[in-house]
Amino acid sequence: MEILIKNGYVYDPINKIDGEKMDIAVKDGKIVESVGSNAKVIDASNMLVMPGGVDIHSHIAGSKVNSGRILRPEDHYKDVEPRTTVTRSGVGYTVPSSYTIGYRYAKLGYTTVIEAASPPLKTRHTHEELNDIPLIDKTCYLVLDNNWIVLDYLSQGEIDKCAAFIAWILKALKGYAIKIVNPGGVELWGWGRNVESLDDQVPPFNITPREIVRGLCKINKILNLPHTIHLHTNNLGKPGNYRTTIETMDAVKDLADGKPNIHVTHVQFCGYGGDTWITLRSGAPEIAKYVNNHPHVTIDLGQVVFGEATTMTGDGPFQFILQSLTGNKWKNADVEAEGSAGIVPYKFKRKNFVNAIQWTIGLELALLIKDPWRVFLTTDHPNAGPFTEYPRVIAWLMSTKAREKTMERINKRAKKRSVLPSVDREYTFYEIAIITRAATAKALNLTNKGHLGVGADADIAIYNINPMEVNPSKEYKKVRKALRRAAYTIKGGEIIVKDGEIVKSFVGETFWVKPTMPEELEKEILREVAEKFKEYYTVSLENYIIGEHELARSRSITVNTSL
Amino acid sequence: MKTISNVVCPFCGSLCDDIEVDVENGQVTKVRRGCAISIAKFTKYGEERIYKPRIDGKEASLEEAIDKAVEILANAKYPILYGWSCTSTEAINVGIEIAELIGGVMDNTASVCHGPTIIGEQDAGISTCTLGQVKHRADLIIYWGCNPAHAHPRHMARYSAASKGKFVKGRNERKVIVVDVRKTRTAKAADIFIQVEPNSDYELLTALRWAVKNGELEQPKIAGIPAEKIEEIADMLISCRFGALFFGLGLTMSAGKARNIEAAVSLVRELNNYTKFVMMPMRGHFNVTGANEVMAWITGYPFAVDFSRGYPFYNPGDTTVVDILTRGDCDAALIVASDPVSGFPTEAVRNLAKIPVITIDPHETPTTMISKVVIPTALVGIEAEGSAYRMDAVPLRLKKLVDPPPNILSDEEVLKMILKKLKERVG
Amino acid sequence: MIKVILITGRSLDQGISKEYGKFSKTYMEKVAVCELDAEDIKTLGINPGQNVKVKTKYGEVVVKAVESTQAPHKGIAFIPYGPWASSVMPSTTESTGMPSLKGIEATIEPALGEEILDPKKLIKTIVGREP
Repeated sequence: MEILIKNGYVYDPINKIDGEKMDIAVKDGKIVESVGSNAKVIDASNMLVMPGGVDIHSHIAGSKVNSGRILRPEDHYKDVEPRTTVTRSGVGYTVPSSYTIGYRYAKLGYTTVIEAASPPLKTRHTHEELNDIPLIDKTCYLVLDNNWIVLDYLSQGEIDKCAAFIAWILKALKGYAIKIVNPGGVELWGWGRNVESLDDQVPPFNITPREIVRGLCKINKILNLPHTIHLHTNNLGKPGNYRTTIETMDAVKDLADGKPNIHVTHVQFCGYGGDTWITLRSGAPEIAKYVNNHPHVTIDLGQVVFGEATTMTGDGPFQFILQSLTGNKWKNADVEAEGSAGIVPYKFKRKNFVNAIQWTIGLELALLIKDPWRVFLTTDHPNAGPFTEYPRVIAWLMSTKAREKTMERINKRAKKRSVLPSVDREYTFYEIAIITRAATAKALNLTNKGHLGVGADADIAIYNINPMEVNPSKEYKKVRKALRRAAYTIKGGEIIVKDGEIVKSFVGETFWVKPTMPEELEKEILREVAEKFKEYYTVSLENYIIGEHELARSRSITVNTSL
Repeated sequence: MKTISNVVCPFCGSLCDDIEVDVENGQVTKVRRGCAISIAKFTKYGEERIYKPRIDGKEASLEEAIDKAVEILANAKYPILYGWSCTSTEAINVGIEIAELIGGVMDNTASVCHGPTIIGEQDAGISTCTLGQVKHRADLIIYWGCNPAHAHPRHMARYSAASKGKFVKGRNERKVIVVDVRKTRTAKAADIFIQVEPNSDYELLTALRWAVKNGELEQPKIAGIPAEKIEEIADMLISCRFGALFFGLGLTMSAGKARNIEAAVSLVRELNNYTKFVMMPMRGHFNVTGANEVMAWITGYPFAVDFSRGYPFYNPGDTTVVDILTRGDCDAALIVASDPVSGFPTEAVRNLAKIPVITIDPHETPTTMISKVVIPTALVGIEAEGSAYRMDAVPLRLKKLVDPPPNILSDEEVLKMILKKLKERVG
Repeated sequence: MIKVILITGRSLDQGISKEYGKFSKTYMEKVAVCELDAEDIKTLGINPGQNVKVKTKYGEVVVKAVESTQAPHKGIAFIPYGPWASSVMPSTTESTGMPSLKGIEATIEPALGEEILDPKKLIKTIVGREP
């Protein structure tokens, strides 16, 4: 099928196109130079054209997400999607059903989304759900930092063997990157405990969080993986934790070679100053300062949008603290030899001092970090709010007026403590395109995504708003409205959304990395892993491996390692 | 002869995956490492098989049977689709789409098993883990209202009381407590047996929580157990390093039901203020957990999903099959891999027998007896492959070991044929 | 006649015999039974292996009395899951979906001359027609 998108205002930061009026041609799922005269023409005059959105961190599939769905029927009752001739039925709100996730991302103009934390033992579950998320392309990060086999190798200083094991597990379980969640702390949660600093010992492995992070950062480089290590810090959700965050970033500074080598995720949750909940303040200025001076770091926001949320992380001890603080229902789910997960429903309230501070932190990070290529928009869906609220966040970023309007209604003490009222930076559409698709695609090294150059995947979002006429600073409501429902979303060269409604549905790709490895090394590692497996796991190694036929549409990406 | 190893056993929720079977001439001839039930499962699966589809008790072709099934389902106003716990996740997935398409009610056997556990969890949460976590760490294990020695025969050796873990090396390093109304075989293997009075689990759980929190009890005896004994148990729970509470239908089926689970959740939650504590339902059928999981990711709810409004709706007690059948509300039924006629109360069975029933099952059962349409299928995990979820939600892949009998398809394939024809018919 | 609390549940024999087929002799032998405390059997004046009638508000069924290996549990009777247990169970679920399959008040009396119905006959009495 051929499509010609005519006369749109195109924002394609990877190709340095900033609101240029131009045509985009699509053929066989790719962006091409030109198409024939029979191509379907989309008149995008007075509309905004961007590459399809790329979400670098969202909880959309797997055991933890599904536990959230099961735990929260009350989340679904009022937000329902009836079946149509094109779409399956489903429910929302913060933990939507799998089909609904695909449709809602597509309506926002997003076409690629990464599940942010899959425990290896339950990754078959993650893939089964990813198979049932329509339209978007997807993959998952594997949680590897509290994995006993990894900890064994790292504590013995066997970096190369550990790298080979991680190469194997990414291939065997069809994952994309190394996820780190409260390194060391989650292992201790097996005993109901946690670490408090990067240099705490983690018995019986005789290793510290710092050593785990550094080890995995080195391995990431050895394996030449497309993404950096993707890290959820120690001490998440505790006042004063911004120091841990900066210390963690600094712990891998010397390992960098000019490019980013660490992504710290949902920094709002680890950007707290003060010492107690009473003296809580934002740590965003300090973190932003560090990031501005250190090109080896990228971050995403974990921006709070007020209202219902479902907190769900692989950080068992953090979720335990949260259930104590809130008294809300709590699910904990430890995974043998690998980690944990916790879920607590939560409501972010404007008038609540802590929640209001949290809201300011995310925005401060986005506005104080100068380089938009290193700060990405997320709500850590559904932790700080559902992804469907991204347009609200975009409005806050593009308009001081929008921020002021919200600030009038938040907790007064929180407002007084924030630098936000004095920040007058406003994002441009070009910058929004960076933090929602271009920079995330780049950080993931998805070379065919996040841009509209010839040869790119034809994943395109068209929004019904004229960026030349609308002033986002003043007319932020128009921006918000237009971005909520794309005029068109094109995925792999097919029109899937028109006027904010799904018009076509199919299964997107699941991509995963296949790191190269000398055959001898792989054999040796598998021998060792097979031994450990008998001791550590209650399933056999053979049954742990996920076959490629278990993925609905599999696409492997070969990665040349230096193993 | 060939030997197949690492076979996943398709019997109970333990989903042991270390079974080794010999296959000769298309038959399983030997089973190693399986429990007595597993051996029976792998060697007796040929008993009372159905080889030909039937309509009204008369043999029919597969196509005729499917056409009849489609006609019944397409004409039904409020059909129920029930069973699912003994088939693959893929087959259940197709079943959900059928239910959605025809506006029926999709329910699985959790409804009459650990449904109250799910309701309790939805009210209060749950602190749980995978079985390996218990194996490695638990130095105190409680079996409450469950009898793994009979229902999950290898559970204690492979995963719990007698398993060998990294930190806790075996049975002699663990304390085992059994709470039950009878001194079961599991109870006989325990260090402490608490014989609770029938229908008094809620009282005992609540008293235990009180004792954990406040130390002493006022009443001399609760649920038939002396206060001193309860206080002693509470001290044991607090002072363990990692405790695990396995519970069964003794809690979900007796007085209190979901409220019993809430009481257990609250006890375990309280205990986490002192030590590490988890709990886990002993799921029965090998893929009942998978049925809950796949229904939840597609519809938002793990069982009792009513599609009659066009979207998923969930209201246990209203949209659960026993209630629907007892009220006599449904006008057709699709039963897959289950035998409700044996397991449901008489009123529900009586009403089920009044409506056209389509049963998809490898074996003759009392349910196939009353069915208008019977479609035989392959046994998943023996004659067909597919995914299944262990009681701790660890997903595993069931293997195909031998070919099914001639012209017998898997549940998934048959359901896909039904779905395809239904789509042609109702759009 | 004695008053008991009736419990249903899984048993190893029920699990194994199920695999022999629901219409097999083995299944009926292992499942159409009621496990009783020795003292209760004595009170009833019967011998293990003789038939008893179990009655609840919801129905009655004839099964074989066996001496429990899980005693003492005077006043508690156990019937494994299956069509015989189901025929005396309530259908009310108290808004949970789950009928009360454990802890039901029942009476037990000797039924020496009475036959244990095989599954086909049992179903026929319940549904009121030839299956």
